[in-house]
Amino acid sequence: MMNLTLKIWRQKNADDKGKIVDYPVSGISPDMSFLEMLDVLNQELIEKGEEPVAFDHDCREGICGTCSLYINGRAHGPQTHITACQLHMRSFNDGDTIYIEPWRANAFPVIKDLIVDRSAFDRIQQAGGFISVNTSGNTQDANAIPIEKEHADKAFDAATCIGCGACVASCKNSSAMLFVSAKVSQFALLPQGQVEATDRVLNMVKQMDAEGFGNCTNTGACEVECPKGISLENIARMNREYLAASLKG
Amino acid sequence: MSILDSKIPDGPLADKWTKHKNEINLVNPANKRLIDIIVVGTGLAGGSAAATLAELGYNVKSFCFQDSPRRAHSIAAQGGINAAKNYQGDGDSTYRLFYDTVKGGDYRSREANVYRLAEVSTNIIDQCVAQGVPFAREYGGLLDNRSFGGVLVSRTFYAKGQTGQQLLLGAYAAMNRQIGRGKIKMYTRHEMLDVVVVDGKARGIIARNLVTGEIERHSAHAVVLGSGGYGNAFYLSTYAMGSNVTAAWKAHKRGAFFANPCYTQIHPTCIPVSGDHQSKLTLMSESLRNDGRIWVPKHKKDVEAIRNGSLKPTEIAEEDRDYYLERRYPAFGNLVPRDVASRAAKERCDAGYGVNKTGEAVYLDFASAIERYGKEQAYVKGLDPDDKKVVTELGKKVVENKYGNLFQMYEKIVDQNPYETPMMIYPAVHYTMGGLWVDYNLMTTVPGLYAIGEANFSDHGANRLGASALMQGLADGYFVLPYTIGDYLAHDIRTGPIPTDTKEFDEAENNVRAQIDKLINNKGSKTVDYFHKKLGKIMWNKCGMARNEQGLKEAIKEIAELREEFYKDVMVPGTENEYNEELAKAGRVADFLELGELFAKDALEREESAGGHFREEYQTEAGEALRRPEYQYVSAWEYKGKPSEAVHHKEPLEYENIEVKERSYK
Amino acid sequence: MSGIFKSSVGRKFAMALSAFFLMIFLVMHVSINFTSVFSEELFNNMSHFMGTNPIIQGLMQPILIFGVVFHFIMGFVLEIKNKSSRAVGYAKNVAKDNSTWMSRNMLLTGAVVLAFLVLHFYDFWIHEMTVKYVQGDMSGLVNPNDADSGYRYYDELREKFVSPARVIIYVVSFILLSLHLLHGFNSAFQSVGANNKYVKSLKGFSKVYSIGVPALFVFIALFHHFTH
Repeated sequence: MMNLTLKIWRQKNADDKGKIVDYPVSGISPDMSFLEMLDVLNQELIEKGEEPVAFDHDCREGICGTCSLYINGRAHGPQTHITACQLHMRSFNDGDTIYIEPWRANAFPVIKDLIVDRSAFDRIQQAGGFISVNTSGNTQDANAIPIEKEHADKAFDAATCIGCGACVASCKNSSAMLFVSAKVSQFALLPQGQVEATDRVLNMVKQMDAEGFGNCTNTGACEVECPKGISLENIARMNREYLAASLKG
Repeated sequence: MSILDSKIPDGPLADKWTKHKNEINLVNPANKRLIDIIVVGTGLAGGSAAATLAELGYNVKSFCFQDSPRRAHSIAAQGGINAAKNYQGDGDSTYRLFYDTVKGGDYRSREANVYRLAEVSTNIIDQCVAQGVPFAREYGGLLDNRSFGGVLVSRTFYAKGQTGQQLLLGAYAAMNRQIGRGKIKMYTRHEMLDVVVVDGKARGIIARNLVTGEIERHSAHAVVLGSGGYGNAFYLSTYAMGSNVTAAWKAHKRGAFFANPCYTQIHPTCIPVSGDHQSKLTLMSESLRNDGRIWVPKHKKDVEAIRNGSLKPTEIAEEDRDYYLERRYPAFGNLVPRDVASRAAKERCDAGYGVNKTGEAVYLDFASAIERYGKEQAYVKGLDPDDKKVVTELGKKVVENKYGNLFQMYEKIVDQNPYETPMMIYPAVHYTMGGLWVDYNLMTTVPGLYAIGEANFSDHGANRLGASALMQGLADGYFVLPYTIGDYLAHDIRTGPIPTDTKEFDEAENNVRAQIDKLINNKGSKTVDYFHKKLGKIMWNKCGMARNEQGLKEAIKEIAELREEFYKDVMVPGTENEYNEELAKAGRVADFLELGELFAKDALEREESAGGHFREEYQTEAGEALRRPEYQYVSAWEYKGKPSEAVHHKEPLEYENIEVKERSYK
Repeated sequence: MSGIFKSSVGRKFAMALSAFFLMIFLVMHVSINFTSVFSEELFNNMSHFMGTNPIIQGLMQPILIFGVVFHFIMGFVLEIKNKSSRAVGYAKNVAKDNSTWMSRNMLLTGAVVLAFLVLHFYDFWIHEMTVKYVQGDMSGLVNPNDADSGYRYYDELREKFVSPARVIIYVVSFILLSLHLLHGFNSAFQSVGANNKYVKSLKGFSKVYSIGVPALFVFIALFHHFTH
């Protein structure tokens, strides 16, 4: 069983200034997940008549992309290739002090405490993250176009992005390029995606810039912190696609 | 004669859907622009429905409680999606998929619906590939398949262990295209808290903005619920933390019948509970049973030794292991349907053979798969197939390619390496086959109110086969509802916009506000989680994998008492005019506390064992589920003010194209 | 095509292009300088050619200056924009766990290199420009009136490396240039969209280049300092 000191960002709402508040927690089992540890804290706070700490979470198995905690100076905490909800307390030691902060980026304004608004990501996808095919069921047979396994696998790897925003949070420039490039790459690697490739990349990059994300300087922090290990190669591919599209368009 | 009219079209089974599509009313494109539709939920069913309806020209308003439509819990589905493509040439067909699904559902689903599902299954794959969903492929560039429990063909399409994610992102992309065109108005972080019924028709909803706490009125000509299942009534489940029954339950209270609430799927391969702190359970895909062998030790002394840590599972000799599924069901072995596998695990653990400290875990072992694949690879590569080290290494690689992300997930949670030591698994609540009663058009008993995906009851009977949930969600959303809803809306082209300043909206909004006020001002002494956990314990112990009359009667009483205590003593911090997760949770738990009672009541009424519903009183001598022909009906419950007063209606089930037999996997 | 340089990706691309140009220039520069180590004559001849050829002076030199200025200003503008996209920072941030020091401090290393360039211009370029275009002496001779006095470049070079202080500044600047290149070389490839197996095989070369080129400059400086 562990005793810990938590330093948690508390902010009543978007207009509040916010500050770090210290909370001691005790009796934490190493088998608990990080979010279960926060559950324990919240139950205690509620019982004491205080407001629980608001944080985003849903599936708690690392796939929905909802949880978004900056733990001890790292997006999703000290481990790599997992989300905060997959982090377990056995990664910490008795007596540790743990900082818990929301994602920081102008494009991700804080809603409350540790919850941020990531709708900028949705708007980027709405700008072009799709293939314009009608859902009528009258498409050609799925096996009509064979797709090279290597391309299919790479497209899949890019498509595993969960849209959590860790890339933006950990980038010193708050750049969203890993996120955007994952979607651009998924479609660029598939024949179905070629038709709209030019407009897609131009529109998505335009929306990304309009949302106020910073520019990529290739530090590679995003790739390290991405829970799904999305590769930097995708950013290179997006750059390529974008330059080609600019020459065409 | 039942008051339930399932509206199944006449004619031969295989022609029903085509005939129906030809005969129903259509709305012309210009008129579609005059019609508004509300879709609640953005999972596979809700997301695909919203996208398709918008594409057809309707004005769609889409709601989800998550911060983005992409986060709906369909995203967590792992294994795959079934379709009768017969790409493997192994004898698959629409009829066989239909047959497997009806049999898998223990002859408790509606024939015509299931046949339609099998029929449109192939369209789903075509559709998704066209949308850019990156399904797994073979080296020749064609789509790959794998097999799932309860069937004898390989018809499951997959994208590693993240099929649900890929399909949902496909539907999300289709939605995004329509949001970008202005045809879908998206409301994220909004929770539906009531349905508004005007002149007997569903005409809108009351929703709460979860960020500001604002109560909003939204009107439409039809309301579609794709709000998922209610497994979180058990507190611990593989559902997302936010998954809830509120939308469906409010609809039930407004007149939609709730069908077969007791049919719950308890999935056999989940990571066992590790302690009281546990907030949710994690599924390990059923696809693992393709290669993993399930066993417990044969001898109690080995069980003891394992529990006290003096013996490792890998040290137990082959002949001292009980591969109980292979022993009991030689034909299907480890690939029996979920309900059968779950009960068999429970049977072994109840008999004292559970392999972890709590005695509630069995092994899922990949050692023989690693050896088999390794040997195969050794031959292919011209290496020595008898060199154990080489074989193990090659085999691990194959297994990693197939299940890498699942193994990694397991290791992160349990801190054990499943390549070296067998996984420990135990059943957990995973899916609810029951849901709002719908007719062939997917309309509930409230005109203009539709239920799709897991929120309805129609296709899986008493047990759902693996990889069929994704199929049903997308079938309903892409290919069924968009046709059938037109039949209803064709009468609404002259209605004009539905006003929200009517007495019906007033009443619904007041109803919602009253409940919120009650919860906020209750100022009791116990947290919402306290009640939710307590409800979960009652549900798991008395309405879980095995049920009996006495337990169910106790459950009904205990849940009613717990509900009373909840309203007396629950404590919700904060106010209603802000982001307040506890308030949202309190509302959901309040509904679970009502649903739970109806659940137990339904289980008590059904004096037979079928699929996921196992009544201890009704089993064969070999301990298998005993179905009773007199219960070959759908139970649909009508709300009358309290769960205890719900009125029972029956929709008889008829099987004209399939012979009802004992469901044997031996 | 319009607006490409207003976009984030376009600006990256522009940074990379100017970087490539500057990296090629560095190779030329170090090659010519290195001749001073073994052949005074060759160095003088090449210096004179570079200093008087109209194409080099009239075309290449302005492009180079533009390249330097562009690379610097663009880098600075981007850094400011990037910094300002996170108004509230983290109380605790452990960037060293996910990225290299070099990649996070391009502005710092770049600024030091720029400061050095100012000194360098002061040392060599302003002097050259004054002699050639203000005084109108295009001869390159030690004594413009004496054709046998020989070219002045080599002597001037030796002269500069007498001062230990200057040599230390020189060495420190090139160490920082090396750090700048260690991130910048590969980063430029990534920015123009080249990240495949061929580019990955360049990783070794990029290390050799990023350390080797500045090391040669340092060597030349030390060589002249100690052999004076």
